[in-house]
Amino acid sequence: MVTGKGGTGKTSVAAALALGLAAGGRRTLLVEVEGRQGIAQLFGLDPLPYAEKRIAGTTGGGEVRALAVDPEEALLEYLDMFYKLGAAGRALRKVGAIDFATTIAPGLRDVLLTGKVKEATTRAQDGRRVYDAVVLDAPPTGRIGRFLNVTAETARLAKMGPIKTQSEGVSSLLRSPMTAVHVVTLLEEMPVQESLDAIAELTDLHIPVGRIIVNGARPALLTGGKVTKAEVKRGLTAAGLPAATATVSQLTAEAQAHLTRRELEESLRLELAELGRPMIELPQLPGGVDLDGLDDLAARLLHA
Amino acid sequence: MADLTAAPLDVDGLLADPAIRIVVCCGAGGVGKTTTAAALGLRAAEVHGRRTVVLTIDPARRLAQSMGLTELDNTPRQVKGIDPAGGGELHAMMLDMKRTFDEVVEQHTRPERAAEIFANPFYQAMSSTFAGTQEYMAMEKLGQLRAADEWDLIVVDTPPSRSALDFLDAPARLSRFLDGRMLRMLLAPARTGGRSMFSLVTASFGMFSRVVQKILGAQLLTDLSGFVAALDSMFGGFRQRADQTYRILQDPQTAFLLVAAPERDAVREAAYFAERLVAERMPLSGLVLNRMHQTEPAGLTAEQSEAAAAELEAAGDSAVTVDVLRIHASLLRQSERESRVARTFTDAFPDVPTTAVAAQPADVHDVDGLRTIGALLASPAA
Repeated sequence: MVTGKGGTGKTSVAAALALGLAAGGRRTLLVEVEGRQGIAQLFGLDPLPYAEKRIAGTTGGGEVRALAVDPEEALLEYLDMFYKLGAAGRALRKVGAIDFATTIAPGLRDVLLTGKVKEATTRAQDGRRVYDAVVLDAPPTGRIGRFLNVTAETARLAKMGPIKTQSEGVSSLLRSPMTAVHVVTLLEEMPVQESLDAIAELTDLHIPVGRIIVNGARPALLTGGKVTKAEVKRGLTAAGLPAATATVSQLTAEAQAHLTRRELEESLRLELAELGRPMIELPQLPGGVDLDGLDDLAARLLHA
Repeated sequence: MADLTAAPLDVDGLLADPAIRIVVCCGAGGVGKTTTAAALGLRAAEVHGRRTVVLTIDPARRLAQSMGLTELDNTPRQVKGIDPAGGGELHAMMLDMKRTFDEVVEQHTRPERAAEIFANPFYQAMSSTFAGTQEYMAMEKLGQLRAADEWDLIVVDTPPSRSALDFLDAPARLSRFLDGRMLRMLLAPARTGGRSMFSLVTASFGMFSRVVQKILGAQLLTDLSGFVAALDSMFGGFRQRADQTYRILQDPQTAFLLVAAPERDAVREAAYFAERLVAERMPLSGLVLNRMHQTEPAGLTAEQSEAAAAELEAAGDSAVTVDVLRIHASLLRQSERESRVARTFTDAFPDVPTTAVAAQPADVHDVDGLRTIGALLASPAA
C-alpha cells in the first residue's frame, strides 16, 4: 500500500514500486481505487477498464498489470460470484441500485475495494500465486486509517453475514506480514505532519507500516551553511563570467532562500527520523516524472 | 510568469467589489487552498474594509492556530492581529460536519423524531463518514452564513475531496439519497404485473432486497427502514436547501477561484473543474497558481551556470559558487517547467484570468505570512 498527502506523488511512487518489484521476470499488479485514473494518466494510456491490463514490461520478461477498481463493478462481481445474478444484476445497475448500495453503507464501499485487492493478492493458478506483489495506490493519509480499518466500519452496520466474514478476511490480511503501508511525503510541513498522524493511526490499528518515502528531495548543496556576495563575485570572476552587481545580488538571494528552505527541511527530516523507521529519499527529477523517471525511481526503491 | 497566455487576475478588484458576496476556493488536495482562502479573507478585511468570514474545512493545525481557531465549533471567531485602519473585520470558523447535520435535522423535524434519528446507527454512520457529507455540510453552512446576511464577504475553502468535483456533486448525490426513492423501492414488497421493464425492475428489487438481507442481515434492514421512516418528513426540506445553495453558487454574487500548484495533476484537476463550472454555468473568476518558482536568468542561463559550475568544480575552486550556480540553474529549469505546466491550463482556458504566487522559502502559519501571500495574490503577474 502506498499512501501520502495529496500532491506528494504517491501515485508515481506506487507505479515505480510496481515496476521495481516486477524486475527480473516477476509479475505485479498496480491497483487504484479512487476513480481518478491516475495510473492511466501517468503512463499516457486511455482510461483503464475494470480489468487487469498489462501496462509495462520489465527485465527478464517481467510485467506490470494495472487495475482501476470500481466499487460498483466489484459489488456486481461479488454478487455474481455468490448469487449468480446475471441479467438481474444489469437491471439493478440500470435503476441505480448498485450505486445506491455502495453509497448507503460507508464501510461497504471500502470492504469491496480492499476485498478486490485481497482477492488479487491471494489468487493462485496451478498452485502458484498469479502476482508476486500487488501495489495499491491507496487513499491519501487523511483517509487511510478509515479506509483500511474495514472491520470497525462494517461492524457498525453488519453484525453477521458474508459481508462481515469478508471484512474479517480482509482485516486479517491487512494486519499480516504480507502487508506494508508505505508513506510518501515531501519535506514540507503539512505532508510531514499528516504522515506522522497517519503512522500513529496505523500503528494503533496494528496495520504494519513500511517505509517512509521522502519524495522530491533536493540535492545537498551549500552544506557549509553560508554564502556572501563577495564570495559569489569572486567565484563568478574565477569562472570568467560577468559579475554584475545585479547578477551577484540575485544569485546570493537565491542561495539564501535555499538555505532557509534547507534548514526547515532538515528539521522536518529529523522529525521523521525520530520515528526510527526505515526511510528512503527519492530525488526531485529534473524533467518531472515521465516513464524514464519512473524507471529511475524504481531502481532507487529496489536498491534502497 | 512572463509567457502565460491568460490575462492577469484582478484580485483587489474582486475583493473590493460590493456585489461579490462569496468567494469559493477550489482545487485538488495539497495545493494551498486553505492558505489562499485565509489570505484572501485577510486582504478583504484589511485592505478593502470588508466584514469578512472565512469558512475553513480542514485547516492545518498551525494555520488554524494562527487565526485563533482551536476547535471545530461552527462559530465564527474574530481573528486577532488584524489592522483595523481600513474598518474591516476578519472572522474565521472551522466546519463541524456532524453538528451541522444535526442542526439541519433539528430544524426540519419534531424533537422526538430528531432524537430517534440521532439514535439510528445509519444516521450515525452517515453523518460522520458518508462520502459527500462533508461537502454537503460545507454548502449547507455556506447557505446559512449567506442567509444570515451579517457579512460583506464569505470566503469558502472547499473540502479536500478525492476529486475537486465531489464538492459540486455531493450535495445532489446526498439529496438524491435522502430523497429516499431508492430506499422506498428497496423496502417495498415486490409488486406483480405492470409493464415488462417495470416488472423486471421490481422483480430484481424483490431479489435485491433478499440479497441485501442475506448479505447484510435482517437487523440492518430494520435499522435502514427505521432511518427512512424517520427521515421521511425531511426529504423535501433537504432537496430544497441543496437546490437553494446550488442557485446561490450560480449567482453573479459568487466568484469561484481555482487554486492549483504548477504540477501536472493539480493543473489537470483545475482544468476538469473549469470545464465543469462552465458547464454548470457557475461564475469562474480566475486561476491562482500557488508556489510558482519565478526567476530571471540575471545574465546567466541554466546552461551557462551548469557549465561554469562544472569548470569551477574541476578546478577544485570556489566550492560555494559552484553550489550557488547549481541552485540558480535548477531554479531556472524548475521555473521553465512550471510555466510549461501552467500553460497547459492557460492555453486551454485563455479567458480565465490568472495570478501567480511565488513559492515561499518557509511555510505560512501566521497573520504576517498570510498578509504576504495576500499581497502576492493581488500583485499583477509580472
